[in-house]
Amino acid sequence: MSDEHEHKLEAKSDYTADASSVGASDIDAVPEAELPDQDLYHSHSWWTTYVFSQDAKYIGIQYALTAIGTGLLGLVLSWLMRIQLAFPGLGLLEPAAYYQFVTMHGMIMVIYLLTALFLGGFGNLLIPLMCGSRDMAFPYVNMLSYWAFVVAVLVLLASFFVPGGPTGAGWTLYPPQAITAGTPGSNMGIILMLISLILFVAGFTMGGLNYIITVLQLRARGMTLMRMPLTIWGIFTATVLALLAFPALLVGCLMMTLDSMLGTSFFMPAMVSMGEKLSYDGGSPILFQHLFWFFGHPEVYIVALPAFGIVSDLLSVHARKNIFGYRMMVWAIVGIGALSFFVWAHHMYVSGMNPWFGFFFATTTLIIAVPTALKVYNWIITLWRANIQLTLPMLFSLAFIVTFLNGGLTGLFLGNVTVDVPLSDTYFVVAHFHMVMGIAPILVVFGAIYHWYPLITGRMLNETLGKIHFWVTFVGSYAIYFPMHYQGFVGVPRRYFEIYESPYIETSTLVLNQFITIAALIVGAAQLVFLYNIITSARLGKKSEKNPWKANSLEWHTPQMPPEHGNWGKETPKVYRWAYDYSVPGAKEDYIPQNVPPSEVIGAKVEKT
Amino acid sequence: MSKSKGIIESLFEKPWEKDQIEIDNKHQGRTLNLSKYKVGLRTIMVVSTVIFSLFIVAYSDRMLVHDWRTMPEPWLLWLNTGVIILGSLIFHFTKLASDKNKNDKTKNGLYLVGFLAYSFLIGQLLAWYQLMSSGYYATTNVANAFFYLFTTLHGLHLIGGLYFWGRTTSKFLSKNSKAEDVKHSIELCAIYWHFLLVVWLVLFGLMLFT
Amino acid sequence: MPVTVAVAFLLITVGSVVFHFWSPWWWTEVASNWGGMDDTIILTFWITGFVFVVICLFVSYCVWKFAYRKDRIAEYKPEDNKLEKRLTWITTLGVAALLAPGLVVWNNYVTVPENAYKVEVFAYQWGWKYRLPGDDGVLGKTDIRYISDENPFGLILEDPNGKDDRLVDGDELHLLLDRSVKFELRTIDVLHNFYVPQFRGKMDMVPGIITYYWITPTKTGDYEVLCAEYCGSGHYAMRGRVIVDKEQDYKKWEAKQITFEKMLVQNKKNKNLQLAKSNK
Repeated sequence: MSDEHEHKLEAKSDYTADASSVGASDIDAVPEAELPDQDLYHSHSWWTTYVFSQDAKYIGIQYALTAIGTGLLGLVLSWLMRIQLAFPGLGLLEPAAYYQFVTMHGMIMVIYLLTALFLGGFGNLLIPLMCGSRDMAFPYVNMLSYWAFVVAVLVLLASFFVPGGPTGAGWTLYPPQAITAGTPGSNMGIILMLISLILFVAGFTMGGLNYIITVLQLRARGMTLMRMPLTIWGIFTATVLALLAFPALLVGCLMMTLDSMLGTSFFMPAMVSMGEKLSYDGGSPILFQHLFWFFGHPEVYIVALPAFGIVSDLLSVHARKNIFGYRMMVWAIVGIGALSFFVWAHHMYVSGMNPWFGFFFATTTLIIAVPTALKVYNWIITLWRANIQLTLPMLFSLAFIVTFLNGGLTGLFLGNVTVDVPLSDTYFVVAHFHMVMGIAPILVVFGAIYHWYPLITGRMLNETLGKIHFWVTFVGSYAIYFPMHYQGFVGVPRRYFEIYESPYIETSTLVLNQFITIAALIVGAAQLVFLYNIITSARLGKKSEKNPWKANSLEWHTPQMPPEHGNWGKETPKVYRWAYDYSVPGAKEDYIPQNVPPSEVIGAKVEKT
Repeated sequence: MSKSKGIIESLFEKPWEKDQIEIDNKHQGRTLNLSKYKVGLRTIMVVSTVIFSLFIVAYSDRMLVHDWRTMPEPWLLWLNTGVIILGSLIFHFTKLASDKNKNDKTKNGLYLVGFLAYSFLIGQLLAWYQLMSSGYYATTNVANAFFYLFTTLHGLHLIGGLYFWGRTTSKFLSKNSKAEDVKHSIELCAIYWHFLLVVWLVLFGLMLFT
Repeated sequence: MPVTVAVAFLLITVGSVVFHFWSPWWWTEVASNWGGMDDTIILTFWITGFVFVVICLFVSYCVWKFAYRKDRIAEYKPEDNKLEKRLTWITTLGVAALLAPGLVVWNNYVTVPENAYKVEVFAYQWGWKYRLPGDDGVLGKTDIRYISDENPFGLILEDPNGKDDRLVDGDELHLLLDRSVKFELRTIDVLHNFYVPQFRGKMDMVPGIITYYWITPTKTGDYEVLCAEYCGSGHYAMRGRVIVDKEQDYKKWEAKQITFEKMLVQNKKNKNLQLAKSNK
């Protein structure tokens, strides 16, 4: 296969070679659309325009704002936890409250912020625009999806106000502790959490259906799968993963709800809780762990794959160069997605499951490192001989490469079953997953917001504030999580409300905790700058020109910016090339948008390399 | 199936090459030659299949523990199975009738299908009643709990199906529309009915043989 | 600007390396036979550290060298199959180099030597208890339904192997230096995890089943036991002690531990005493 490639390499993008011999209309010709244009729902009242909107762009923004709002709560919870860890003398929190905050922080950040933001937020905003569709396939179902998410969030928040408070079972919700006395919120709290998750899954399934069908069936003419921007590939694959993985969470939640409310014994073994024999018998706690991680591991990639896709596009646009190895990037996204269903038990090396599973899951886990590494290589090779504009999206993308690389490499520690034994359940794990699926994707989110903000509002974000936000966030969060790995080496276990004097944990560990906490507070404060920037720039920001970054992908080429209902005016666009024709030799500009017909770019031609 | 092979094949295209560009420019922007509703239905069926498969895995795992007490199957379940098979068959014929634009046959078929579906649901509730009155509660043994869980989920799927059956039927009845107008909806509902039949047969078989 | 950014990225890379070599935070000295785990970590550090530094330096260089200029145009190069193939192979090799020693050590970890001394570690919310097999070297069978004030471990009374089991009162366990020991991990309520940082080993305790791992203590000393699986509000306070002794000290301690049989007798006496008291 590869030898064939090498020959063809010379001829790439040579499509205008004989343009002079034919008329413009001939080379621009595209067959008539076989299907009629999509029927759209046109809203007539304020309610259906702004609240129960069926326009994917609005739904995307609604999703994003709700997710970010919930995420801010998660951020505040993390501050409280960090203050408790660094300054236990203050007596800020009770142990129960600490564990409740740990749990809610984790669940909010993973599910209600990142998953909702990447798929619900960016998915809704970008899929129709980047694919050249008028809207999602089923706008009404899409609206229901958002409102199911809102209800899920409300149920989650309600758990703060019920007797016993929210659940403190840890975000993994392991039984038996999740529903037995001794764990905070083991009555109402956990039930509300489970109901909220079930609602989230139901809502997400409705949204996911839309994302998949829109990407597969409603693209513009000429938009083949391999012409789609990697953002769409990332979101699409993540949606497929989510539709296959969330059922495991649903199944686990349903069975645990019954264990808790009816007293069935799906997961609950015979046990003596607080001196009292419970009526459960025979249930398997490890079964829940398998179900949870069968969802939980793909979940990591549900967050990571859209981030991979978006960052590829940001790098390409702002480096004025095509993404290196587009096909490899697509294969890696699809391959990682498929492999992610075969690695789940690497979260369970020391869970008491059959230890012989360790061999299999260590091997699959390290195999998944290969496509992931290839993605990193391709990102950095994209920078090679590029024309790098150090805009804010570019800075965030570069920071993503560093943090993702760091977090990915520490994943090689934890994935390798032997190394995992001393490090599991220590702060090394906490540092690893925050670096790889907390900070890295969030940096992409920031990059993406700076990049697409003009598309949404028609105005630019303030650059100076953005730079402050960038440097504090990047350097600060690196300062939080890089040293935290070393706490893990010392052996400090995670989920400890207080570490006390310990014969082997020297006081300097407490000093490190204080340093980390101060860094966390500073990084948190920097997000206020970001919020201020977002809010004020919506009215006062510099007016953006159309397509401010000179990007190729379709979302920047709607007749109006910001795009109106139906996105494309009279006719949906026709696509003539992939999304990465940057710096094509011989072209007038260093970019050729996807919908520019060949006749307009005669002369652009790749020199033989 | 040739289409899904098409997706994998297309992953090897080089979109920047001249030959490929000429092919791609003629592309209609659609990957599968199906209506969006059909793709949607298939997606739902895949997700449901995953849910039921995971339950079956959990069932098989839990079954091995010492406290498992197999539950007797009430005779009513056999009757219900008959009803749901009949429902699926009649939906098939209704679909054929709507294909041929036979309005009356389609209408009667739709009524009958709805009647059978509701009968099935009521039958399942009666089976629950039968079990509970002989002391097989969800808490008595986890095998019973699985039975109630399976039947509930399957029933909820059917209720979801009945919503779309209701929409199709009322559309068909409204201002003299023809079988042609609801042909596609009937086809999709029929597929879903067959799917639920298969799910039920698998679940029932599982509980019967273990 | 490009220079500043490049230097900043460079500093972060250099800073990480400096921190790694000069920070005071490092693991405790290993006190068991699992030094192999430390070696695997060191190997992983060299390989991944190398990759980290190379990639970060490459990024810094690109940022500085290929900074935007209006008069320049980026290279147009969709892919380079040879390069990608080469990178795939190098990565696969690197990953294999990490995995192979890891699997070897794991194989040792899950293969318990036959002559290992068995100790039951008994976890509850929130503390530790231990049970030694007694002179027959066999731990008696247990059942959670037998647990009561008189029989805190839930030993099955009919099992003769349990009679001479020594029950350790309190959360302090002694181990004999250089004797392999298999921890049989048991919990009566929720998940726990028996973790002594210096031993490196770890395994969750799951109600309903008995899990295990083994170590050979190689250094005398006094070590802290921590629970490493979240188990409710008291998780952070679930500590214990393990003391690794030389033979003489160990024998002294072992002799002090009461056997199950003696305990039953004592219980009876106490009961009779109480009965007598209440009769008066």
